[in-house]
Amino acid sequence: MSLLAENGPQNGPDNAAGTDAGGAASADGLRLAGLTKRYPNGFTAVQGLDLEVPRGSFIALLGPSGCGKTTTLRMVAGLERPTAGTITLAGSDITHAKPHQRPVNTVFQNYALFPHLDIFENVAFGLRRRKVKDVEAQVRDMLDLVELDTQARKRPAQLSGGQQQRVALARALINQPEVLLLDEPLGALDLKLRRSMQLEIKRIQMEVGLTFMHVTHDQEEAMTMADTVAVMNAGVIEQMGAPSELYENPRSTFVANFLGQSNLIEGTVLSRAADVVTVDMHGVQVSVPTARVHTDGDRGWVGIRPEKVLIGGEGEALDAPGNTIPGGVVTDVSFVGVSTLYQVRMPWGQELAVFSQNTGRTRMFRTGERVELSWRPEYAFLLDIHQSAAAGVEQGDDD
Amino acid sequence: MAAGVRRRGKVGYLLMVPATLWLLVFFVVPFYSLVATSLFDPSGSDFRGYDMTYHWQNYADVLQAYWRPFLRSIWYAALATLICLVLGYVLAYAIAFKAGRWKNLLLVLVIAPFFTSFLVRTLSWQLILSDHGWVVRSLQFVHLLGPEDRLLATPAAIVAGLAYNFLPFMVLPLFASIDKIDPRLVEASSDLYANPFVGFFKVTWPLSLPGVVSGTLLTFIPAAGDYINAEFLGSTNQRVIGNVIQGQFVDANNAPVAASLSVLLMLIIVAMVLVYVRRAGTEELL
Repeated sequence: MSLLAENGPQNGPDNAAGTDAGGAASADGLRLAGLTKRYPNGFTAVQGLDLEVPRGSFIALLGPSGCGKTTTLRMVAGLERPTAGTITLAGSDITHAKPHQRPVNTVFQNYALFPHLDIFENVAFGLRRRKVKDVEAQVRDMLDLVELDTQARKRPAQLSGGQQQRVALARALINQPEVLLLDEPLGALDLKLRRSMQLEIKRIQMEVGLTFMHVTHDQEEAMTMADTVAVMNAGVIEQMGAPSELYENPRSTFVANFLGQSNLIEGTVLSRAADVVTVDMHGVQVSVPTARVHTDGDRGWVGIRPEKVLIGGEGEALDAPGNTIPGGVVTDVSFVGVSTLYQVRMPWGQELAVFSQNTGRTRMFRTGERVELSWRPEYAFLLDIHQSAAAGVEQGDDD
Repeated sequence: MAAGVRRRGKVGYLLMVPATLWLLVFFVVPFYSLVATSLFDPSGSDFRGYDMTYHWQNYADVLQAYWRPFLRSIWYAALATLICLVLGYVLAYAIAFKAGRWKNLLLVLVIAPFFTSFLVRTLSWQLILSDHGWVVRSLQFVHLLGPEDRLLATPAAIVAGLAYNFLPFMVLPLFASIDKIDPRLVEASSDLYANPFVGFFKVTWPLSLPGVVSGTLLTFIPAAGDYINAEFLGSTNQRVIGNVIQGQFVDANNAPVAASLSVLLMLIIVAMVLVYVRRAGTEELL
């Protein structure tokens, strides 16, 4: 691991200048401009995608299958030719470069390890093609890093899924690419192994400091591993930002539903002040901070995360000044242990989800009980009414 | 495997009966009869009958008399196999990787010649390569052949005929092997700095070796024993061992000589195959 830190491109003298002069960072990292992929059958997989990935960052492209995330990755790798747009890496245009000419390596879905070569030769493959000296020592160090030093002379088929995954990672990482691409690398692993590999990959990324671009449909995986998450839908990036920012302040119903779970309630905008927008929600007035309003229309979806909703008996005072909605009836209670999930039918017929932490400070409610819901205004968000309230629902789950 | 051995009881042996019978009737008995015939006294005949004299001298005699046709057989078969490998690999590769929805149609076309008889196909090559055929005329016209040169009755015609007739035996195993290669492995090699040329020799070629080995064996073995191509496309100067065996059995009525030639041919081919398979390092793949 120390080996990588010493030789890693991120430690070059030019890098310090790059991070200082904000704008120079783009010339240093990966930049996609107007990237489009249209297949001969007329299907547009990626549509005018703009993306900037600073060097050394860990970005996840997150979206349901068919959203264009893998196509984007394959265009960066050079395995797919863009119909339009450019790809710039470390200041040079690589849009039309052949895959073997790009300083980019990929961890393939299902690994694509060479079955006829042993682990050592699989990892050494890239170094040998570039006629690098000192292959032996570098491969040994890399196998140490992924804890496979004792398996060097085995064939890929003799290793477990998790070990093969680490070989695939080592085989790409050893070349110290400008960008490491990970195409659903954990999809074939079971849940427990996937969780530990997520942390492992994150640890390695921080150690080697290379730029990682990770494609996944698993929102939890994206949020755990990446500094920046770009949520993709139908060939475009819906929203991009730090995981917490995306989760707390989604800009579209798709992001609100795909990333976690949201209650979306139809409302009419009553007034727009400088810092707060007031919305009438089926006769109840609620307010939403202007920074969290993402529509100009007269109507909108008021969004609130289930864990931000407080539940209390009728007339009970709740710690959520501003937005209180009376008249709810509990229709379903599922006790999960750390929390309880309530379904509450509102006077206008809609069922809202409420996550209540089992802190012991509040009592449990039973099915049929009348309750009041409330939330702090700063947690609500307001979305465009023209977007489907069901966009992104169900797609966030595993295939 | 160990578990299988332990579990194998009477049922296991019972299930082996059909295969064992098949081998006995169609391999062991004919082979025994052939080897026995090769040791008969060559002075006998079909009418008088032969005496079993353990006449090992037969082998030395035929090797001395017919070593040239032996060498010719192996040489022609090797050349034809090489041509088949080059043509067949390109064809199989294209069908497996580039044909898309035409894959099955192309495979049918590869075996389509089998719908006509081997003899008829070889005879039609006689017409194509004949002295007044358009191939010879065209080649003479562009001065690739002299005015007196011919194609028929030359080694080239025999090798071409062999290559034509046995190409499907090469293409099908090659296709089976290449078709199994995950195209993502080729992508992975290009991702790891291998240009298409290097990627082919480091990934595609080694992974297709099982097909190469079985394809060359399926082509070489029948081609080495073939005499139809030499009969129709060659002259008496290009007699191969198959012609000799056929002549001894049918025309000269000398069964012991023909049998010892057959056994020798078989031994030579088995020895070559063993060396080849070991050299190719593909025992595990066969």
